[in-house]
Amino acid sequence: MADTVATNPDGHAPPGQDPNRRDFIHIVAATAAVGGVAAVAWPLIDQMNPAADTLALASIEFDLTKVQQGQQVVVKWRGKPVFVRYRTPKEIAEAVASDHADLRDPQTDAQRTKPGKSQWLILVGVCTHLGCVPNFGQGDYGGWFCPCHGSVYDTSGRIRKGPAPKNLAVPDYAFLSDTKVKIG
Amino acid sequence: MSGHSTYEPKTAIERWLDTRLPIIRFGMDTMVSFPTPKNLNYWWTFGAILAVCLVTQIVTGIVLAMHYDPSAANAFNSVEHIMRDVNHGWMIRFIHANGASMFFLAVYIHIFRGVYYGSYKAPREVLWILGLVIYLLMMATAFMGYVLPWGQMSFWGATVITNIVGAVFGDKVTTLLWGGFAVDNPTLNRFFSLHYLLPFMIAGVVALHIWALHVPGNNNPKGVEVKSKADTVPFHPYYTVKDGFAVIVFFILFASFVFFAPDALGHADNYTVANSLVTPQHIVPEWYFLPFYAILRAIPNKLMGALAMFGAIGILFLLPWIDTSKVRSMRYRPSARLFFFLFVFVCLVLGFCGAHEPDEKVLKGLAGFQLFDANLNSFVWLSRLGTACYFGYLGLVMPILGLTEKPLPTPESISTPVLTEKKG
Repeated sequence: MADTVATNPDGHAPPGQDPNRRDFIHIVAATAAVGGVAAVAWPLIDQMNPAADTLALASIEFDLTKVQQGQQVVVKWRGKPVFVRYRTPKEIAEAVASDHADLRDPQTDAQRTKPGKSQWLILVGVCTHLGCVPNFGQGDYGGWFCPCHGSVYDTSGRIRKGPAPKNLAVPDYAFLSDTKVKIG
Repeated sequence: MSGHSTYEPKTAIERWLDTRLPIIRFGMDTMVSFPTPKNLNYWWTFGAILAVCLVTQIVTGIVLAMHYDPSAANAFNSVEHIMRDVNHGWMIRFIHANGASMFFLAVYIHIFRGVYYGSYKAPREVLWILGLVIYLLMMATAFMGYVLPWGQMSFWGATVITNIVGAVFGDKVTTLLWGGFAVDNPTLNRFFSLHYLLPFMIAGVVALHIWALHVPGNNNPKGVEVKSKADTVPFHPYYTVKDGFAVIVFFILFASFVFFAPDALGHADNYTVANSLVTPQHIVPEWYFLPFYAILRAIPNKLMGALAMFGAIGILFLLPWIDTSKVRSMRYRPSARLFFFLFVFVCLVLGFCGAHEPDEKVLKGLAGFQLFDANLNSFVWLSRLGTACYFGYLGLVMPILGLTEKPLPTPESISTPVLTEKKG
């Protein structure tokens, strides 16, 4: 032991040699400090994530009989608008016809609706550019037009023109019956 | 000590910065190379512990403010929301609530250490006074913080304390404090605002406190001034490590409260939502206010009771001039040491009194007899005895003892060997 002590003025092992006991204490202390700080920091950061009561309200049910054909109803889900649009056969046909157009975010209309329920288009009503709510029935493609920076969406909610990079998001949802849908 | 700087910037960028904003020099001078008496014992670690307490309270407090709603209608519910719903909210709140108790525990030890070793004596009077200012700000902060959960103890504590202020300054001032005709929503709102503000004022006064510490340098257990470089060691690593170890031990105590007895220092009534129509059966402040509460109740006059309570702290500001002894450390003042421990005991007795009802019997089996307005065997008389001793120690023992006692010889310097010290 004696030959490992004070081999250097600062108590550290000379370069190229195995760490001595002083080095070991420093490594252990620093590791414990980093571990301790991380253990303390995590709860202080994680507290900003959604609380249990917020998560408990994360899904909603919606009665589809409230929507007339050719219209949309906006419901609030997780603090954001959700568009529930009852599409006309013409709008569906236009959306399907554009499936193979030059799309920025390629997706077919079938991928954005449930099988056999293509009249119901359910979307998160938040522009994928910078988060504004696009206006219903406006723009060149009869879908939505975002008033903030002019993004244009078609009748399937796909981005066709303007700065937005992605299609309007489709939330997780399921039909509980023909007239009831559960979003989230 | 000021002007000791030994920092030499080693790199070009450090030299560049040093001539523009010598912040690295400042840090090195105050926290690394600062010459510190080499004989500081563990009672001196409470400065660092208190700094850690303040940071803990500010960090957890900022987090709690993210979830707390300072409205009379929602405050209580939002605290329960923190306890039940917010991720780790229960832990953060318990750290904050028990942190206040730990803060006061540490500050009381820190203050008593200052009294025992005469740390308030010249040239450290300003240091002492700034410390008391911090203590007053802490009390104001703790009181207003205790109101925020809007439980029964919050509400009635706020009512009683604001009425004490009214006892001294009049009803108009009470109305001003309340923003109404009773403690209510406006009171809660402003208390929240001030509870958020005051810790940053504390941090500011702490900076002054450390500044005032670093001009004369630390006192030490021997109470003699540093004479030469041989009496000191650099702050780092000697006291960073010593303080660090003490902080860890302190955290063990802290954590054992937070995780195993989080409500031990609180009061169950505060888990009942505030009700302005019903006062709880037994209303007591938090433990750290109990001695002053006992002094308040010892005096059967509204104004005089409030003045005695404020005076109990006010008199501490005069301590550097009340104490006539030139010898700092009570190591060399045997009779002063005896009185000091009696004083600590009296403070504990006053705290004990504050926790009991005034007319409760001190010795359960003993009937006692009526003396003036109360039974002699009641807490009100014990509080009076304690109050007399408290002011007696500060107002009489401190000035007289310094003139009459015969202190032991003090060592030449910190480094003087123990043997010659005993001989001399």
